Amino acid sequence: MQKNGPLALLFHGLVVAFVLAPLVIICLVAFTPENTLSLPTGGVSLRWFKAVFAHPDFVASFWNSIWLATLSATLAVAFAVPAGLAISRFTFAGRDALNALFLSPLIIPHLVLGVAFLRLFALVGATGSFSWLVATHIVIVTPYVLRLVLAALSGLDRSAEQAALTLGASSWTTFRRITAPMILPGITGGWLLAFINSFDELTMSIFVTAPATVTLPVRMYMYATESIDPMMAAVSALMIALTAAAMLVLDRAFGLDKILVGQR
Amino acid sequence: MISRPSSRSSSPWLLAGPGALFFAGMILLPLALTVILSFRVYDHATGIKDAYTLSHYIAVVTDEYYLGIFWRTLRVAAMTTLICAVIGAPEAYILARMRNPWRSIFLLVIIGPLLVSVVVRAFGWSMLLGSQGLVNQALQLVGLSPVRLLYTETAIVIALVHVMLPFMVIPIWTALQKLDPMVEAAAWSLGASRFTALRRVVLPQVSLGMLSGCLIVFGLSASAFAIPGLLGGRRLKMAATLVYDEYLHELNWPLGAAIAIIVLVANLLIMLAYNRMVETRARRMLG
Amino acid sequence: MAFLALERVSKHYGAMAAVDDAALTIEKGEFVSLLGPSGCGKTTTLQMIAGLVEPSAGRIVLDGRDITNEKPNRRGLGVVFQSYALFPHMTVAENVTFGLEMRRVPRSERIERVREMLALVQLSVFADRYPREMSGGQRQRVAIARALVIAPPVLLLDEPLSNLDAKLREEMQFELRRIQRKVGTTTIMVTHDQAEALSISDRVVVMEQGRMTQVDAPYRLYEQPSNAFIASFVGKTNLIAGVWRRDGMAGAVDIGGIRLEAPSADFPAGTPVTLSIRPEKILLRKAGEGQLDGRIASRFFLGSQWLFTLETPIGTITVSIPNQGEEPPAEGATVGLDWSPASLRVIASAMAHPGGGTA
Repeated sequence: MQKNGPLALLFHGLVVAFVLAPLVIICLVAFTPENTLSLPTGGVSLRWFKAVFAHPDFVASFWNSIWLATLSATLAVAFAVPAGLAISRFTFAGRDALNALFLSPLIIPHLVLGVAFLRLFALVGATGSFSWLVATHIVIVTPYVLRLVLAALSGLDRSAEQAALTLGASSWTTFRRITAPMILPGITGGWLLAFINSFDELTMSIFVTAPATVTLPVRMYMYATESIDPMMAAVSALMIALTAAAMLVLDRAFGLDKILVGQR
Repeated sequence: MISRPSSRSSSPWLLAGPGALFFAGMILLPLALTVILSFRVYDHATGIKDAYTLSHYIAVVTDEYYLGIFWRTLRVAAMTTLICAVIGAPEAYILARMRNPWRSIFLLVIIGPLLVSVVVRAFGWSMLLGSQGLVNQALQLVGLSPVRLLYTETAIVIALVHVMLPFMVIPIWTALQKLDPMVEAAAWSLGASRFTALRRVVLPQVSLGMLSGCLIVFGLSASAFAIPGLLGGRRLKMAATLVYDEYLHELNWPLGAAIAIIVLVANLLIMLAYNRMVETRARRMLG
Repeated sequence: MAFLALERVSKHYGAMAAVDDAALTIEKGEFVSLLGPSGCGKTTTLQMIAGLVEPSAGRIVLDGRDITNEKPNRRGLGVVFQSYALFPHMTVAENVTFGLEMRRVPRSERIERVREMLALVQLSVFADRYPREMSGGQRQRVAIARALVIAPPVLLLDEPLSNLDAKLREEMQFELRRIQRKVGTTTIMVTHDQAEALSISDRVVVMEQGRMTQVDAPYRLYEQPSNAFIASFVGKTNLIAGVWRRDGMAGAVDIGGIRLEAPSADFPAGTPVTLSIRPEKILLRKAGEGQLDGRIASRFFLGSQWLFTLETPIGTITVSIPNQGEEPPAEGATVGLDWSPASLRVIASAMAHPGGGTA
């Protein structure tokens, strides 16, 4: 394979700088000792990180988001694994429709989903309910899990399952002892991807969260539209660190490019 | 779970049934309710009435204010798509020609930000593009006068390009991965220049990936919320921020619902056209 | 009474018959191969015996018990899959013990039986390895051990050697036969490799387009193929189209005016027939001293033998002669072809491949 020329490398350098610039500036500004958004030229300070942890709204929203992401990712797995088995293992009337239904949140703009959920919440009186918020996030993240589960199932050697059957295992034992361990990497990757997507979600959540259930991205959005002080940079830096950690785990375990291909 | 392929059973519905019911209830039902809502009469004093009307749709397609916002949305999304393609295609090609470990590292750098919350990235850009931001400081350093970037369409496009670039790089990268690395060399051996080889051999094979990237980027840009919300300010609205305002500030839900439905239908049309195009092309290529 | 019997078993996919009216009886301890080209229905037949595919019609009887509708996990048959289908997340010992666990065999007995079985397949030292750490031949033996440890009444092998390279394949053929002789398990093997089927089976079942067309011991299958397809699929042969004549008590065949003596057969005079003669049954003599003369069109040296293509008045004929250490006639030479009339096979032409010639 031909190597990249100097012009190509220069272009590449500019693209990388463009991609990293906003993230780098956040991480720098987060350490400023000043009261305004400025680069920490006169020394480094952790005061704005302390301010974040002392800010009850941010802390509450952080835990909201953690719980929300954990619950919705877990329940998404509970929906996606059986659905994936049904879709990949059986031919039945309505299979394509079922698949399309489960994957539809990927092509419906989150804005539209937010508006639709808001209407549903208003009619059933669910506004402010954390359980209903979890339900909306399950809808948004299940497709990510389902896609990885389907990929894992289609890459599976089915004769291993048949072998277990001929050795006397029941269907359930075969699933528990053979199929599940073999698709576990797909399920774990799906869970993590679902967690991150739920944790980061803003556009849909902003319509359906109530003061008690505000998630971290929604809190940050509200905060950023009203005031500009370096605390926002500190929260952002923390989120970048958290995402980077999750990303490294995902990449080491499954290869990030494989997981993200087609993700939106 | 495991069944003989020929056996007909209710197992698939037992497996997928609960999920299917949940999804139907959480997607189809709310969407239907929203469609109905978009036809309801709204009165500023008394709220939503029981009567039905087309007036919201008519208002949206005739009122200068809304039309202006739609045009801006299309303009910004088209601009973003174009720039993403111009940057993303060469970048994917350069990435594909790198050697490991650089290839993996830079792929991670380019598509990794996808997982960073969009609010964080929008905030980063608002710091870079602000009147005292790094970009203006750099301009002053080289003796140019500072420019107003924040709260302009330019700022929105720059930040959207940043958010959408991975969606352009990923499909092109995937297409390039499927390409036999020797076809380019084969073209050179037949006397093609590097540029001709790129244009005649590489580009046609990745064009579908590029098209898919363009549609995803266009669709997501047109319905983007956080970037125009934070970088466009209160006056520079796009479709998504307009819907947000109608819902949470104006409280005119039916009008907001009508705009949301228009955004949804436009999105679905794009996806449908894309699927049709992919199918025709696949049929042609398979003979 | 037969140990395993297929009684008019069929499998239809829509209008297509993957297996059509298959009837077969197998005795206890027999090693039977299902031989045929891909798509002939041999694997489907095996999967129906294993219970992985439901027959559309017919019965499968094992030791007097109808198992046609029994679930695969109740049949207790040992199956070795083409891909081996080892459980990748379990060690060799865990793979082998799985079937015993499913049968609730006590732990101490399990350990003992797995140990014995791994010794039988000569893998004792690999018990704690994972499948991915093993070579193809070793995985193959794990798969056999896993299938045999449950002491199945019948062992089913689906193309067990097709994923191995040529040399290993030959070794494993003998290994497979050794293991089967030792444990005495009734075995059915699916294969598309005729050499493999001939070398290790007690009987071979030839399948064509879903039908079982000949069931015979390997030697008889080779010497007395029942149709032209089998004659050319099992080993190499020359197929020559002709017309059946009577010549006193013996038979004769007219080929474009040339009359060849043939073993007697039960055809009316004037029937179009196909003659089959194996390349190794033809001897080369001096020109004019054989039954026919031919010109050597090409000559290939294969080490243990020489392979000739000859142009003769009855068409192109392939001949192979053993390498005796002397150089045989060169290309372009004219030689005589001779054979014993008893080595000719006369086959009804309806079954012959179009075109005939060397297959």
